[in-house]
Amino acid sequence: MSDRLQKLLGPSGPEVSCETCFAELDRYVELEVADPAKAEQAVPGMRAHLEGCPACGEEHDTLLELVKTDRA
Amino acid sequence: MTPQVAATVRAVAVPARARKTTAKPLLDPESRAWLRALQSDGGEREEAVERLHELLLKAARFEVRRRSALMPHLRGDSVDEIAEESASDAIVSVLAKLDDFRGESRFTTWAYKFGILEAAVKLRRRAWQGREIPIEPELWSLEPDTHLAPDAQAAQSELLEEVRRGIEQALTPHQRRVLVAVALNDVPIDVLAERLGSNRNALYKTLHDARAKLRAHLAEHGLADRLAVEGGTS
Repeated sequence: MSDRLQKLLGPSGPEVSCETCFAELDRYVELEVADPAKAEQAVPGMRAHLEGCPACGEEHDTLLELVKTDRA
Repeated sequence: MTPQVAATVRAVAVPARARKTTAKPLLDPESRAWLRALQSDGGEREEAVERLHELLLKAARFEVRRRSALMPHLRGDSVDEIAEESASDAIVSVLAKLDDFRGESRFTTWAYKFGILEAAVKLRRRAWQGREIPIEPELWSLEPDTHLAPDAQAAQSELLEEVRRGIEQALTPHQRRVLVAVALNDVPIDVLAERLGSNRNALYKTLHDARAKLRAHLAEHGLADRLAVEGGTS
């Protein structure tokens, strides 16, 4: 139930748009690989958007995984 | 790369500002080499475009393989076809947007996201091909968790009843359709956007506004604290 409510209500704080998310995604992912806290500082509202938008969230997860695989 | 894609790629002009190699002080040597080759002429550019196609195919395959595990009906040849089509579409986007690359990540990371986006959108559309999209308000239900103790279940039922009232009363018909489809029926936002003749960015804005109204409705009815208990405040 909590999961369904979460999907209905979304993130409570400010979040970026899908457009901004795509524009910043590569920078955010590289910062995340180095230091996740710095990533959120650099792009405020990105984490909230990735939790609220399933499509952007999925694409972020794939890019993060791919970059990590490349660097392994 | 198919001959058709190669022809399309040849037709994508290098943006004028990019041709002058806009100063990008943050560029690492590998990214600078990619940009220089893609903005050059003749054989050097053709060779770079081939490598870019391979890079985008790798990103598209990575996405397709991750998602295809959840799509058992996808056959092997469909998987390859989606990856190929995605790489071909992505290469056109990358070449057209070269000037947007700010050098704030590696060039390869920047390019990957185009391949992943194309593959992800194609996979979602394939999964919903021929399926009716449940967007009508009457097609949703909210049931309390059955494993809860009776008093907790009663409290959750009260919250859900107010959520239902909020969806019915506080939202516009368009906001209701989008929220019900995406948040309750798990319709991918870009599939819904395609059916409604909209785009992901615009529909997410609608979803965001609907969620804000729903939160405000619950707060007006004294249920803001209850959301924390149910995990709806992150």
